[in-house]
Amino acid sequence: MTTQTVLPVEPDTLQSISVSNGEPAWLTESRVNALRLAAELDLPKLEKTKIDRWDLSNFGTIRTERPALTQQLPEGIASFVDLKEDSNLIVQHNSTAVYTTLSAELAAKGVIFTDLETAVREHEDLVKSYLHTLVKPEENRLTALHAALWNGGVFLYVPKNVEVDIPLQSIFLIDDATASFAPHVLIVAEANSRVTYVDNYISGQYDGKVVHNGAAEVFVKAGAKVQFASVHNLNEQTTDLINRRSVVDNDASIEWIVGEMNAGDAVSETLSVLQGNGSLSDAKVIAVGSGSQKLNYTTKAVHFGKSSDSQMITRAVMREQATAIINGITKIEKGATKANGEQTEKVLMLSPKARGDANPILLIDEDDVKAGHAASVGQVNQEQIYYLMSRGISREQAERLIIYGFLAPVVSDIPLEQLQQQLQGLVERKLGQ
Amino acid sequence: MATHFVVEGLKATIEGKEILKGIDIEIKGGEIHAIMGPNGTGKSTLASALMGHPKYEVTDGKVSLDGEDVLEMAVDERARAGLFLAMQYPSEIAGVTNSDFLRSAINARRGEGNEVSLIKFIRQMEGKMKELEMNPEFAHRYLNEGFSGGEKKRNEILQMLLLDPKIVVLDEIDSGLDIDALRIVANGVNAMRSEERGFLIITHYQRLLNYITPDYVHVMMQGRIVKSGGPELAERLERDGYDWVKEELGIVDETVGQEA
Ligand SMILES: Nc1ncnc2c1ncn2[C@@H]1O[C@H](COP(=O)(O)OP(=O)(O)OP(=O)(O)O)[C@@H](O)[C@H]1O
Ligand SMILES: [Mg+2]
Repeated sequence: MTTQTVLPVEPDTLQSISVSNGEPAWLTESRVNALRLAAELDLPKLEKTKIDRWDLSNFGTIRTERPALTQQLPEGIASFVDLKEDSNLIVQHNSTAVYTTLSAELAAKGVIFTDLETAVREHEDLVKSYLHTLVKPEENRLTALHAALWNGGVFLYVPKNVEVDIPLQSIFLIDDATASFAPHVLIVAEANSRVTYVDNYISGQYDGKVVHNGAAEVFVKAGAKVQFASVHNLNEQTTDLINRRSVVDNDASIEWIVGEMNAGDAVSETLSVLQGNGSLSDAKVIAVGSGSQKLNYTTKAVHFGKSSDSQMITRAVMREQATAIINGITKIEKGATKANGEQTEKVLMLSPKARGDANPILLIDEDDVKAGHAASVGQVNQEQIYYLMSRGISREQAERLIIYGFLAPVVSDIPLEQLQQQLQGLVERKLGQ
Repeated sequence: MATHFVVEGLKATIEGKEILKGIDIEIKGGEIHAIMGPNGTGKSTLASALMGHPKYEVTDGKVSLDGEDVLEMAVDERARAGLFLAMQYPSEIAGVTNSDFLRSAINARRGEGNEVSLIKFIRQMEGKMKELEMNPEFAHRYLNEGFSGGEKKRNEILQMLLLDPKIVVLDEIDSGLDIDALRIVANGVNAMRSEERGFLIITHYQRLLNYITPDYVHVMMQGRIVKSGGPELAERLERDGYDWVKEELGIVDETVGQEA
């Protein structure tokens, strides 16, 4: 059933562009091999979403040379950044990083925070040993295309025992439909380090269709703690495909906070591989869909470590004709004794044409574990609306209270206040209020 | 203008079944009316129909509050016009804190541009919660979620105290209340008694009416008010039950909507 794959670029062209961008030979080879794989591999198989019918042809034109950092902030991102003396920020504009800054204090501690293309040149061995090891090109056509085409991106490295108190931030902005937009985020938190990373995917106005095919790989070493927050706010013309994955060592933890606020179709996966004993993962996802959006969101935890713990919660509000497939997968491997995995997926539908589907899946190969799930899909409860209205509250306001109430258990748990407010604002906007 | 609430010939159906078969009540500011009656005779249906519950269809009759047509109004408009219903079974709403809810309700009643300041609201809410001997933590709990039966009733009364309605309908506010709570809730109602406000109290027991003396007592059967009187009527019902009323009126089955 393989459809004819039209590659967005010829292997020879990709090769010469990589070389002219000054990329090391191993990376050129990695890109070209991935592109060849893309020609052979199928699209990923998604639960109840026919991605093979989606228009996934608009990967954009590959940038032919590597412009120098301009250190100019593009227009339209001012509201996302609050530049202070000690800011730590990376901005990618279409295919290229345009701005990177890291406070002297963090640099002195050995923290690396730069765009991934720069990191390939300046920290080659470090990048090489991690890149594409969690989201592998050989998985499917999309992961292969991502490995072939990625650009800009982020590399964050936190040395052993270094604790970073302020969030490091990046912004990925696309406002040119002809550009290739495929940032790759790579984070390595060494033993007993601590860091918070927040990114925003945003888009300007354009007419053409765009596919954003991205990936994030996060390595959390023993005893380290990573908070990874990501808000996707791409426009209606943009199809958003992303794999976010982490591998978590002994007594380390990852906390995912995800806001799926796109206006276009989207597929995302947020995965934690709990490799180490006592490793923890906590994933919170909120999503709002409207128009005729088709959405497929997966949270997944794979337990190898003993006494590893995963918590996953997704709350999605669907209005108009939006469709959401929400998957939660808890997989506990043999030997992961005393592991615990809890997941909840809930979808609230605001219109009779909205569709929601929650699929909790527990795959357990070990006896001595705990695992639980809860899932629900439903319309706004009219009895509740009546109750609120009977106190003078208008129907619109009553619905709003119920929607925020539905999202509250996730939103109120977000540990970063600014992010909490940003998400609150986005939810309001997406709900047209 | 003194409050004047008039229900005339009110008929209502649910799922095609006629439950209210013509209700007439007139409540003036300062008056307290009690409605008693066996289970399943239409008391809650009357309360719901007055408030505008979407499941109940009013098929005939008129309801007016200070001359305004209540039946024309949406549920929220009725509330803002001054109607308040303490429900027999209040809804639970997860994720919405009691205090956020209360503030939205107060502000809705006060209208845009006239919102209460946060400080003032908190002071008011805390003051009233204290009167009702409610633990302050209930302000931060989700609305009615996991509240015990009695806690929900107290929370209804808290809303009544804060919303300053003109016509208060209390549907079995006394059920589920312990002896102390009954007194506290009754004190709350008595504190609200004024010439500007009328009450319609649905209850099964005289014990609430020991605290809140009604001006009129109505007995409901078969979706109608079949007998009215003064406070002594409630006392007699408490003592003798309903059989004598049924006998007097020749009623065999007092319930409504239960076609055999
Ligand atoms: N939603 C509904 N669907 C079907 N029947 C209903 C509904 N609501 C009320 N009824 C019926 O209408 C009749 C009157 O009910 P109502 O709740 O008004 O009684 P009540 O007098 O308040 O009784 P109680 O003293 O037990 O509270 C009952 O037979 C009841 O089953
Ligand atoms: Mg009742």
